[in-house]
Amino acid sequence: MSALSHKMHSEPAVYVYEAPVRIWHWINASAILVLAVTGYFIGSPLPAQPGEASDNFLMGYIRFAHFAAAYVFLIGFLGRIYWAFVGNHHAREILAPPLLKASFWGGVWHEAKWYLFLAKEPRKYTGHNPLAALVMHIMFVWAAIFMIVTGLALYGEGEGFDSWQHALFSSWIIPLFGQSQDVHTYHHLVMWVIISFVIIHVYVAIREDIMSRQSIVSSMISGWRTFKDKGEVDKE
Amino acid sequence: MPVKETFYDVMRRQGITRRSFLKFCSLTAAAMGLSPAYAAKIADAMETKPRIPVLWLHGLECTCCSESFIRSGHPLAKDVILSMISLDYDDTIMAAAGHRAEAIVNETIEKYDGQFILACEGNPGLEQENTGGMSCIIAGRPYTEQLREAAKHAKAIISWGSCASWGCVQAAAPNPTGATPIHKVPGIADVPIIKVPGCPPISEVMTAVITYILTFERLPSLDRQGRPKMFYSQRIHDKCYRRPHFDAGQFVEHWDDEGARKGYCLYKMGCKGPTTYNACSTIRWNGGLSFPIQSGHPCIGCSEDGFWDKGGFYNRLTNIHQFGIEANADEIGMGAAGIVGGAVAAHAAVSALKRSQHKGDE
Ligand code: HEM
Ligand code: HEM
Ligand code: SF4
Ligand code: SF4
Repeated sequence: MSALSHKMHSEPAVYVYEAPVRIWHWINASAILVLAVTGYFIGSPLPAQPGEASDNFLMGYIRFAHFAAAYVFLIGFLGRIYWAFVGNHHAREILAPPLLKASFWGGVWHEAKWYLFLAKEPRKYTGHNPLAALVMHIMFVWAAIFMIVTGLALYGEGEGFDSWQHALFSSWIIPLFGQSQDVHTYHHLVMWVIISFVIIHVYVAIREDIMSRQSIVSSMISGWRTFKDKGEVDKE
Repeated sequence: MPVKETFYDVMRRQGITRRSFLKFCSLTAAAMGLSPAYAAKIADAMETKPRIPVLWLHGLECTCCSESFIRSGHPLAKDVILSMISLDYDDTIMAAAGHRAEAIVNETIEKYDGQFILACEGNPGLEQENTGGMSCIIAGRPYTEQLREAAKHAKAIISWGSCASWGCVQAAAPNPTGATPIHKVPGIADVPIIKVPGCPPISEVMTAVITYILTFERLPSLDRQGRPKMFYSQRIHDKCYRRPHFDAGQFVEHWDDEGARKGYCLYKMGCKGPTTYNACSTIRWNGGLSFPIQSGHPCIGCSEDGFWDKGGFYNRLTNIHQFGIEANADEIGMGAAGIVGGAVAAHAAVSALKRSQHKGDE
């Protein structure tokens, strides 16, 4: 027993995810949950409500929840970008992965082999492993930007021609896609990209927690990364 | 140069009373969203300013724009409208035919060089320029030539309807004739283009656009896509009288169900009101009598670019063609998420297996 615990904590823990990143992570996850559920029901509404129109406001509440969560998501995302500038270097991993460095791609390749059961062991990283950073960069960061931009364009349509949302987004996004219906369609489609990301992400987080050589889920709660063995960390 | 007639002269000559004339002016002011005071300004312009010459050309089209135009809501407006244009050239409704008709085109171009409005109904099929084929021949020449020629001398172009504005049905995939909206025709002169989309556009909107140009001696202010802001800055959905049912979550689920009888929102029947910019829900049709949604049918989005190619008129979620199959965002997305979910489950199973083997090794 004591030998085992000695083995698990043989390296000092590293503080990786600062409080703002952790708080943002969970707020962001909740906002996306609300956005995906309400968004789905905007596209395919619930069965018709009985009674007078004046006694009901179901679609109104669903849309309101979508827009409220959208602003939480948007402001959170901006805050997260700000933190990439002032936070530690791990705060930049998913926003600006070193896509031009060969060693980064080497790391991606090794992690891919690990997931394909071809590598015996994953490497150890204090921050995200390169494959995780890459997937988060594409399937989360860019998808989030896409949703914010198209979402604000749709929102500006309701707000009208003299709103800032219309001036900054709708006025050029809508013609860019062809027409409003197309923006709806792609806004809807990218929701499924994000849902696919979340499925993979949650699975991998739990799997790595069990199978990799470092702590995972608890790191996004406490911020500390602990290691389970003595191997070299951040070897590229 | 002969003394130019005013609209009013023409109207009086056609036996329209002053009372009807003033009614037309106030209705038009209202349609344009102007204060009643502008009715007098419009009347004044119509009485004193020389009539704007309009040359009305037809390409590939179904003539629904002309049909709409001559059915302008106000009982006498149709005469007003006819007098606005018939004196020049519109091969559908003018009296002249053959060489005499073609002579009018040249005469207008010469006499009013740089002053006339070129009203385009329909669009040219450009594919024949590549294949050497011949279609849409007017007086022995392809329409495309007539269009380019007239555009060079026009003050501005009005693209009537979805054909001229976006392409409409003849440009629907796979667009065999290469039907191309006016603003995308190669070699078209660099004159302002006003798009008045709709299939057809509302007659009051059409007359108001011409009246505006006459009254204020400038083109109406346009949005980024070239549509007059006063008629195309809101969606059908923004002013739809069924909107309270939308917000309440009360939808027609099937044709002829209880909701349909109660006039619930047509969103689930594929209503494109939320994505369609037009004035139907405010100005309505046939003199304000009704509009599609009022008679129980969802908006099909006829004034939007490519409305033919977005899948079913009766589907809320429309198709994405880029994937090679006809499927909507939910079908594609759920399929992808399903594959991801299956892959994750399989991966988890293999991981568990490997781990138990690995444990055995240790
Ligand atoms: C992860 C983020 C998001 C997801 C998953 C999401 C999902 C969805 C979905 C599925 C729809 C229905 C589309 C349709 O079929 O018509 C929708 C509509 C909409 N979303 Fe989002 N959305 C997200 C972010 C945003 C953001 C940031 C905004 C910005 C304000 C936004 C604004 C809107 C608007 C205005 C609509 C149209 C509502 C309507 O037509 O009544 N969304 N969203
Ligand atoms: C809508 C749902 C979610 C989204 C969009 C999401 C997104 C993200 C993103 C973008 C990061 C990177 C953080 C950064 O570097 O700034 C991250 C990290 C993380 N997330 Fe999530 N997340 C979601 C849900 C979850 C859930 C439910 C769990 C718990 C099982 C979880 C566990 C983690 C963990 C453990 C990390 C840190 C990974 C590491 O240690 O390298 N996430 N997530
Ligand atoms: S009927 Fe169409 S335009 Fe009217 S509220 Fe419903 S969705 Fe909107
Ligand atoms: S309600 Fe929609 S489809 Fe019908 S005429 Fe108006 S814009 Fe066109």
